Amino acid sequence: MTWLFVVLSVSTLVGGLGVVQTRNVVHASLFLLMSLVSVAGIYLVLFTEFLALVQVLIYGGAIIIVLVFAIMLTRTSEYPRITDNRQWPLAAIAALALGAVLAASFWANPHTYSAAQSPAFSELANSLFTRWAIPFEVASLVLLVALIGAIIIARTGNGGEGSP
Amino acid sequence: MTPLVYFQLLSAALFVIGLYGVLARRSAVLVVMSIELMLNAVNVNLIAAASHLEGTGSFVNFDGQIIAIFVITIAAAELGLAIAMILRIHRNRGTVDLDEMNLMKW
Repeated sequence: MTWLFVVLSVSTLVGGLGVVQTRNVVHASLFLLMSLVSVAGIYLVLFTEFLALVQVLIYGGAIIIVLVFAIMLTRTSEYPRITDNRQWPLAAIAALALGAVLAASFWANPHTYSAAQSPAFSELANSLFTRWAIPFEVASLVLLVALIGAIIIARTGNGGEGSP
Repeated sequence: MTPLVYFQLLSAALFVIGLYGVLARRSAVLVVMSIELMLNAVNVNLIAAASHLEGTGSFVNFDGQIIAIFVITIAAAELGLAIAMILRIHRNRGTVDLDEMNLMKW
Protein backbone atom coordinates (compact mmCIF):
# COMPACT_ATOMS: atom_id res chain seq x y z
CA MET A 1 0.00 0.00 0.00
CA THR A 2 1.55 3.22 -1.06
CA TRP A 3 1.64 6.21 1.22
CA LEU A 4 -0.10 8.33 -1.41
CA PHE A 5 -3.15 6.08 -1.32
CA VAL A 6 -3.24 6.25 2.48
CA VAL A 7 -3.03 10.04 2.52
CA LEU A 8 -5.74 10.41 -0.13
CA SER A 9 -8.02 7.89 1.56
CA VAL A 10 -7.75 9.65 4.91
CA SER A 11 -8.44 12.97 3.22
CA THR A 12 -11.46 11.53 1.39
CA LEU A 13 -12.95 10.01 4.52
CA VAL A 14 -12.28 13.08 6.66
CA GLY A 15 -14.05 15.19 4.03
CA GLY A 16 -17.00 12.80 3.98
CA LEU A 17 -17.28 12.76 7.75
CA GLY A 18 -17.10 16.54 7.74
CA VAL A 19 -20.02 16.69 5.30
CA VAL A 20 -22.22 14.57 7.53
CA GLN A 21 -21.09 16.04 10.85
CA THR A 22 -20.61 19.79 10.57
CA ARG A 23 -23.36 22.18 11.58
CA ASN A 24 -22.40 24.84 9.05
CA VAL A 25 -23.71 24.26 5.53
CA VAL A 26 -20.95 26.24 3.83
CA HIS A 27 -18.34 24.26 5.73
CA ALA A 28 -20.12 21.11 4.57
CA SER A 29 -19.74 22.17 0.95
CA LEU A 30 -16.03 22.87 1.50
CA PHE A 31 -15.58 19.46 3.13
CA LEU A 32 -17.35 17.96 0.12
CA LEU A 33 -14.90 19.76 -2.17
CA MET A 34 -11.99 18.30 -0.18
CA SER A 35 -13.45 14.82 -0.45
CA LEU A 36 -14.12 15.09 -4.19
CA VAL A 37 -10.66 16.41 -5.03
CA SER A 38 -9.14 13.62 -2.95
CA VAL A 39 -11.18 11.15 -4.98
CA ALA A 40 -9.63 12.69 -8.08
CA GLY A 41 -6.26 11.91 -6.51
CA ILE A 42 -7.39 8.33 -5.97
CA TYR A 43 -8.14 8.15 -9.69
CA LEU A 44 -4.61 9.33 -10.38
CA VAL A 45 -3.27 6.56 -8.13
CA LEU A 46 -5.25 4.18 -10.35
CA PHE A 47 -3.64 5.69 -13.50
CA THR A 48 -6.96 6.88 -14.90
CA GLU A 49 -5.96 10.41 -15.76
CA PHE A 50 -9.03 11.20 -17.84
CA LEU A 51 -11.40 10.41 -14.99
CA ALA A 52 -9.29 12.52 -12.63
CA LEU A 53 -9.57 15.42 -15.06
CA VAL A 54 -13.33 14.96 -15.38
CA GLN A 55 -13.69 14.67 -11.61
CA VAL A 56 -11.87 17.93 -10.96
CA LEU A 57 -13.72 19.77 -13.72
CA ILE A 58 -17.24 18.55 -13.06
CA TYR A 59 -17.31 17.84 -9.34
CA GLY A 60 -14.69 20.28 -8.12
CA GLY A 61 -15.90 22.99 -10.46
CA ALA A 62 -19.50 22.73 -11.52
CA ILE A 63 -21.20 20.74 -8.80
CA ILE A 64 -19.64 22.58 -5.87
CA ILE A 65 -20.51 25.91 -7.47
CA VAL A 66 -24.12 24.83 -8.01
CA LEU A 67 -24.36 23.63 -4.41
CA VAL A 68 -22.95 26.88 -3.08
CA PHE A 69 -25.47 28.79 -5.20
CA ALA A 70 -28.25 26.63 -3.78
CA ILE A 71 -27.07 27.37 -0.25
CA MET A 72 -26.92 31.08 -1.07
CA LEU A 73 -30.41 31.16 -2.62
CA THR A 74 -32.01 29.22 0.21
CA ARG A 75 -30.15 30.98 2.97
CA THR A 76 -32.42 31.14 5.95
CA SER A 77 -31.80 31.45 9.63
CA GLU A 78 -32.85 27.86 10.07
CA TYR A 79 -29.64 26.30 8.78
CA PRO A 80 -27.87 26.21 12.16
CA ARG A 81 -31.02 24.80 13.74
CA ILE A 82 -31.73 21.94 11.34
CA THR A 83 -28.85 19.53 11.49
CA ASP A 84 -29.68 15.95 12.36
CA ASN A 85 -33.10 14.46 12.80
CA ARG A 86 -34.23 12.35 15.68
CA GLN A 87 -33.54 9.08 13.89
CA TRP A 88 -29.81 9.61 13.66
CA PRO A 89 -28.87 6.71 15.98
CA LEU A 90 -30.95 4.39 13.79
CA ALA A 91 -29.30 5.87 10.70
CA ALA A 92 -25.87 5.26 12.21
CA ILE A 93 -26.76 1.68 13.04
CA ALA A 94 -28.10 1.05 9.53
CA ALA A 95 -25.02 2.61 7.93
CA LEU A 96 -22.63 0.62 10.13
CA ALA A 97 -24.53 -2.60 9.38
CA LEU A 98 -24.28 -1.98 5.64
CA GLY A 99 -20.62 -1.12 6.02
CA ALA A 100 -19.96 -4.34 7.92
CA VAL A 101 -21.67 -6.39 5.21
CA LEU A 102 -19.79 -4.62 2.42
CA ALA A 103 -16.41 -4.89 4.14
CA ALA A 104 -16.96 -8.55 4.97
CA SER A 105 -17.92 -9.35 1.39
CA PHE A 106 -14.91 -7.48 0.02
CA TRP A 107 -12.58 -9.25 2.43
CA ALA A 108 -14.14 -12.64 1.73
CA ASN A 109 -13.48 -12.42 -2.01
CA PRO A 110 -10.05 -10.87 -2.40
CA HIS A 111 -8.98 -10.45 -5.99
CA THR A 112 -5.33 -11.03 -6.61
CA TYR A 113 -5.15 -9.22 -9.92
CA SER A 114 -2.67 -6.41 -10.04
CA ALA A 115 -2.77 -5.14 -13.57
CA ALA A 116 -3.51 -1.42 -13.06
CA GLN A 117 -2.41 -0.16 -16.41
CA SER A 118 -4.28 2.64 -18.03
CA PRO A 119 -5.60 2.52 -21.57
CA ALA A 120 -4.56 5.36 -23.81
CA PHE A 121 -6.90 8.28 -24.34
CA SER A 122 -7.41 7.22 -27.94
CA GLU A 123 -8.57 3.75 -26.91
CA LEU A 124 -10.98 5.24 -24.40
CA ALA A 125 -12.40 7.69 -26.92
CA ASN A 126 -12.61 5.01 -29.56
CA SER A 127 -14.61 2.75 -27.30
CA LEU A 128 -16.82 5.61 -26.12
CA PHE A 129 -17.80 6.59 -29.64
CA THR A 130 -18.15 3.10 -31.11
CA ARG A 131 -19.25 0.47 -28.62
CA TRP A 132 -20.87 2.99 -26.27
CA ALA A 133 -22.21 5.41 -28.87
CA ILE A 134 -25.90 4.77 -28.20
CA PRO A 135 -25.62 5.11 -24.38
CA PHE A 136 -23.61 8.28 -25.03
CA GLU A 137 -26.42 9.76 -27.11
CA VAL A 138 -29.02 8.67 -24.56
CA ALA A 139 -26.96 10.38 -21.86
CA SER A 140 -27.03 13.60 -23.82
CA LEU A 141 -30.80 13.28 -24.14
CA VAL A 142 -31.09 12.70 -20.38
CA LEU A 143 -29.05 15.84 -19.75
CA LEU A 144 -31.28 17.86 -22.08
CA VAL A 145 -34.46 16.61 -20.43
CA ALA A 146 -33.04 17.30 -16.96
CA LEU A 147 -32.05 20.80 -18.02
CA ILE A 148 -35.51 21.62 -19.39
CA GLY A 149 -37.15 20.06 -16.35
CA ALA A 150 -34.98 22.07 -13.98
CA ILE A 151 -35.86 25.28 -15.79
CA ILE A 152 -39.58 24.50 -15.71
CA ILE A 153 -39.53 23.52 -12.05
CA ALA A 154 -37.45 26.43 -10.82
CA ARG A 155 -38.88 29.36 -12.77
CA THR A 156 -41.39 31.69 -11.20
CA GLY A 157 -44.85 30.60 -12.24
CA ASN A 158 -46.30 34.09 -12.86
CA GLY A 159 -44.70 34.67 -16.25
CA GLY A 160 -46.53 34.78 -19.56
CA GLU A 161 -49.19 32.39 -20.75
CA GLY A 162 -48.63 28.69 -20.45
CA SER A 163 -47.02 28.97 -17.06
CA PRO A 164 -47.99 26.15 -14.73
CA MET B 1 0.83 -1.58 -6.19
CA THR B 2 -2.12 -1.21 -3.90
CA PRO B 3 -4.37 -4.27 -3.87
CA LEU B 4 -7.89 -3.91 -5.13
CA VAL B 5 -9.46 -4.72 -1.76
CA TYR B 6 -8.22 -1.47 -0.21
CA PHE B 7 -9.94 0.56 -2.90
CA GLN B 8 -13.08 -1.46 -2.33
CA LEU B 9 -12.92 -0.84 1.40
CA LEU B 10 -12.44 2.89 0.80
CA SER B 11 -15.44 2.83 -1.52
CA ALA B 12 -17.55 1.00 1.08
CA ALA B 13 -16.56 3.47 3.80
CA LEU B 14 -17.40 6.46 1.63
CA PHE B 15 -20.74 4.92 0.64
CA VAL B 16 -21.60 4.26 4.28
CA ILE B 17 -20.78 7.85 5.24
CA GLY B 18 -23.03 9.08 2.45
CA LEU B 19 -25.81 6.74 3.50
CA TYR B 20 -25.64 8.03 7.07
CA GLY B 21 -25.84 11.58 5.74
CA VAL B 22 -28.89 10.81 3.60
CA LEU B 23 -30.69 9.14 6.48
CA ALA B 24 -29.76 11.49 9.30
CA ARG B 25 -29.61 15.00 7.88
CA ARG B 26 -32.60 17.32 7.92
CA SER B 27 -31.47 19.98 5.46
CA ALA B 28 -32.26 19.14 1.84
CA VAL B 29 -28.98 20.60 0.54
CA LEU B 30 -26.97 18.41 2.91
CA VAL B 31 -28.89 15.34 1.76
CA VAL B 32 -27.98 16.19 -1.84
CA MET B 33 -24.32 16.50 -0.82
CA SER B 34 -24.49 13.08 0.83
CA ILE B 35 -25.95 11.60 -2.36
CA GLU B 36 -22.96 13.01 -4.24
CA LEU B 37 -20.69 11.22 -1.76
CA MET B 38 -22.46 7.92 -2.43
CA LEU B 39 -22.16 8.37 -6.21
CA ASN B 40 -18.45 9.04 -5.79
CA ALA B 41 -18.06 5.88 -3.74
CA VAL B 42 -19.62 3.88 -6.56
CA ASN B 43 -17.27 5.56 -9.04
CA VAL B 44 -14.23 4.67 -6.97
CA ASN B 45 -15.34 1.06 -6.91
CA LEU B 46 -15.99 0.99 -10.67
CA ILE B 47 -12.70 2.58 -11.63
CA ALA B 48 -10.62 0.53 -9.22
CA ALA B 49 -12.15 -2.66 -10.56
CA ALA B 50 -11.74 -1.46 -14.14
CA SER B 51 -8.05 -0.74 -13.75
CA HIS B 52 -7.26 -3.87 -11.75
CA LEU B 53 -9.17 -6.52 -13.64
CA GLU B 54 -8.39 -7.77 -17.09
CA GLY B 55 -11.32 -7.75 -19.45
CA THR B 56 -13.06 -11.05 -19.94
CA GLY B 57 -15.47 -12.03 -22.68
CA SER B 58 -17.06 -9.08 -24.42
CA PHE B 59 -15.83 -6.61 -21.80
CA VAL B 60 -12.60 -4.77 -22.24
CA ASN B 61 -10.63 -3.40 -19.34
CA PHE B 62 -11.78 0.20 -19.55
CA ASP B 63 -15.52 -0.31 -19.78
CA GLY B 64 -15.66 0.52 -16.08
CA GLN B 65 -14.20 3.95 -16.81
CA ILE B 66 -16.86 4.62 -19.42
CA ILE B 67 -19.63 3.54 -17.05
CA ALA B 68 -18.11 5.91 -14.48
CA ILE B 69 -18.35 8.73 -17.03
CA PHE B 70 -22.05 7.94 -17.40
CA VAL B 71 -22.46 7.91 -13.63
CA ILE B 72 -20.93 11.40 -13.48
CA THR B 73 -23.33 12.55 -16.22
CA ILE B 74 -26.36 11.21 -14.38
CA ALA B 75 -25.07 12.76 -11.14
CA ALA B 76 -24.91 16.17 -12.81
CA ALA B 77 -28.46 15.84 -14.18
CA GLU B 78 -29.74 14.66 -10.81
CA LEU B 79 -28.06 17.54 -9.01
CA GLY B 80 -29.62 20.10 -11.36
CA LEU B 81 -33.10 18.70 -10.85
CA ALA B 82 -32.65 18.36 -7.10
CA ILE B 83 -31.47 21.95 -6.75
CA ALA B 84 -34.41 23.17 -8.85
CA MET B 85 -36.83 21.27 -6.62
CA ILE B 86 -35.16 22.60 -3.46
CA LEU B 87 -35.42 26.18 -4.72
CA ARG B 88 -39.08 25.65 -5.62
CA ILE B 89 -39.93 24.17 -2.23
CA HIS B 90 -38.03 26.93 -0.48
CA ARG B 91 -39.99 29.54 -2.41
CA ASN B 92 -43.35 27.90 -1.77
CA ARG B 93 -42.94 26.86 1.84
CA GLY B 94 -40.07 28.98 3.11
CA THR B 95 -38.08 26.07 4.45
CA VAL B 96 -35.63 23.40 3.35
CA ASP B 97 -36.26 21.25 6.41
CA LEU B 98 -37.12 17.77 5.19
CA ASP B 99 -39.00 16.97 8.41
CA GLU B 100 -41.54 19.66 7.59
CA MET B 101 -42.21 18.39 4.06
CA ASN B 102 -45.11 16.12 4.98
CA LEU B 103 -47.75 17.13 2.42
CA MET B 104 -47.97 13.62 0.98
CA LYS B 105 -47.87 11.87 4.34
CA TRP B 106 -51.03 10.59 5.96
